[in-house]
Amino acid sequence: MNHLEFTAIVLGISAVAGFLGSLTGLGGGVVVTPVLTLLMGVSLHHAMGAALISVIATSSGAAAAYVREGFSNVRVGMFLEIATTLGAVAGAHLVAVVPASALAIVFGAVLLYSAWQSVHQPAERHTTESDPLAARLRLSGSYPEAGRMVAYGIQRVKAGFAMMFGAGLISGLLGIGSGALKVIAMDQIMKIPFKVSTTTSNFMIGVTAAASAGIYIRHGYIEPALAAPVMLGVLSGSVIGARRLAGTRVHALRLVFGGVVAIMAVEMIFSGITGRLR
Amino acid sequence: MTEHRMDEWIGYLLRAGVLSAAAVVAAGAAWYLASGGPAGDPRAIKLIWAGLLILVATPVARVVFSLVAFALQGDRSYVLITAIVLAVLAYSLAAS
Repeated sequence: MNHLEFTAIVLGISAVAGFLGSLTGLGGGVVVTPVLTLLMGVSLHHAMGAALISVIATSSGAAAAYVREGFSNVRVGMFLEIATTLGAVAGAHLVAVVPASALAIVFGAVLLYSAWQSVHQPAERHTTESDPLAARLRLSGSYPEAGRMVAYGIQRVKAGFAMMFGAGLISGLLGIGSGALKVIAMDQIMKIPFKVSTTTSNFMIGVTAAASAGIYIRHGYIEPALAAPVMLGVLSGSVIGARRLAGTRVHALRLVFGGVVAIMAVEMIFSGITGRLR
Repeated sequence: MTEHRMDEWIGYLLRAGVLSAAAVVAAGAAWYLASGGPAGDPRAIKLIWAGLLILVATPVARVVFSLVAFALQGDRSYVLITAIVLAVLAYSLAAS
């Protein structure tokens, strides 16, 4: 395979990953890394570096729309970014010391969890009450739903903050956006409405990934000739995916794609255990 | 500046950053392939890097923008929160 064919195939694979990632809400970054390593023979570190770059592109692109529509809570995002960026810096430093086989196993486990979460969405339990710290930080907000503004309060800020450090750590360690973990912190722990959680998580992902990016660049995990087609592919795929989101039968698609991702996750864990990945 | 206007400007800023980064990366990648890939013109790789750096700078610029906006609103606690995030980003990006 010459470099032209390689680039074209990577571009195509990344576009499909971005399209499916945005349709299912998994994100393109977490899907593209196993495909690059398992099918294209790219080293895990370079795949993670390219995926991290694509994560910054898709999250910033999508956040642009959500922020203007008034779904994201900028204060919550800003406050929790302290935790995610610190976690990301720690995680990105750990990449250099954790063996690739162990990274592959953790990656597979996170991927498996994300796939499960994308098909199983827990019931909404939001509240209008805020805990004292949330009140002091003026975190509560409101979002548009069916033509009116719905107000919500925010609970258990400290536990959510701790969980966000973990989400940032995983983001830096694996070169992913870690959206699934950010949503647990906001939606499940802090009781933020689902629509606000997902869009605010998206808003935070770019900043979190940027905090890892500097360290990734320093360690040579970002290979520009690979990162370019991955970024352009995932970005264009996810833009098309977001346009198709309204109107398609998303649930059936989530099930099918969730199954495919689960198989990739198991394959990733297996190649980690057998030490096949570089 | 009202909170809603601030959100709108953040939206424009993010979109402009991503679009310009994608354009520069695409130009660099096309040049890289046209000049013969790894054996080709090393300036093509530099152009891809320039695009990637614009991309990484986009969320950082968003944080800087938020810092200024919170300062204009006289919101001291959020100026401090935003400054901490910016310091972490500066630490990560300084040596790259």
